[in-house]
Amino acid sequence: MKEILKIFWIFLKIGSFTLGGGYAMIPLIEKEVVDNAYVTKEEFIDILAISQSLPGPISLNASCYIGYKIKGLLGGIIAMLGIVIPAYLSILIIVIFFTNIKDNLLVKNAFIGINAAVPILIFSSIISLYKSIDKTAVNYIIFFITVVSISVFNVNPVIVIFLCGLFGVLYFRKKV
Amino acid sequence: MLPLIENDLVLKYHWIDYSVFLNMLALSQVTPGPIAINSATFVGYILKGVPGATVATLGVVLVSLILISIVYRFSQKFKDSKTLKSMLLGMRPLVIGLIFAAFLSLGKITYIDEGSIEVFIIALISGFLILIKNTNPIIVIFLAALLGMFIN
Repeated sequence: MKEILKIFWIFLKIGSFTLGGGYAMIPLIEKEVVDNAYVTKEEFIDILAISQSLPGPISLNASCYIGYKIKGLLGGIIAMLGIVIPAYLSILIIVIFFTNIKDNLLVKNAFIGINAAVPILIFSSIISLYKSIDKTAVNYIIFFITVVSISVFNVNPVIVIFLCGLFGVLYFRKKV
Repeated sequence: MLPLIENDLVLKYHWIDYSVFLNMLALSQVTPGPIAINSATFVGYILKGVPGATVATLGVVLVSLILISIVYRFSQKFKDSKTLKSMLLGMRPLVIGLIFAAFLSLGKITYIDEGSIEVFIIALISGFLILIKNTNPIIVIFLAALLGMFIN
């Protein structure tokens, strides 16, 4: 029971402070979950890869997977509830009581601040994750092709994910 | 997910019009949590009040829960499989690439298209805290919000 409450508390914290989209959640999850030694950094990257290749928000998928890993199905459900409850309640409270909150000047300014920090937060998780992968030419090439195909050529990420998985099987299979 | 929401709810079923869709996006940006959850709660509420909001939110959650349940069991069962291991090895640099691509597009909007002195100052302070001082990201977000309120 104590562990269930702890999972709920961790993901409630993450869910309450993730502003500015799913990717902003990655450094928060990493901080709480890797630092608490629930998963290693390598496992965390694999969980992100799995979450990314499934339908549904990456942050929700990753949270569910981590919850699962800590405490089975119940852990998965509890982790998701922690993420979902703040998202659900905040929208309900706003549409019922404060329809004009997003036009409030103070709220607008707070979000200028948050939005200025979010790319930096995302960048910090790139640096942190980078530390835990092998610095081989192949890895740099996969990274580079992913960035160029998505940022420059607007390729559907699903296609890139599929191709990288396929390449991994063909290239790394003899090495693992 | 947003093009899907737009296509189904606005164009196909006509449940909401474009102004409501844009309102939904704006609200999802200023509320915590994944945009898909925020949007589901919002559209569900517009269509059928609190029960609608609850059912729509559960719909998104259930898909993730079912898929992760299947994939988690599968990955535990085949945890020593060479195919799975090598596939994940190929996907590690991909994940970092995907996050980097998200950083580029978000960074372009934030710092180039809508950049201002205030934005740069807040970005610098956040960068110093998170990259050098290793501050908890929750505290960084909180401070950035406060800075935004006082600088602007």
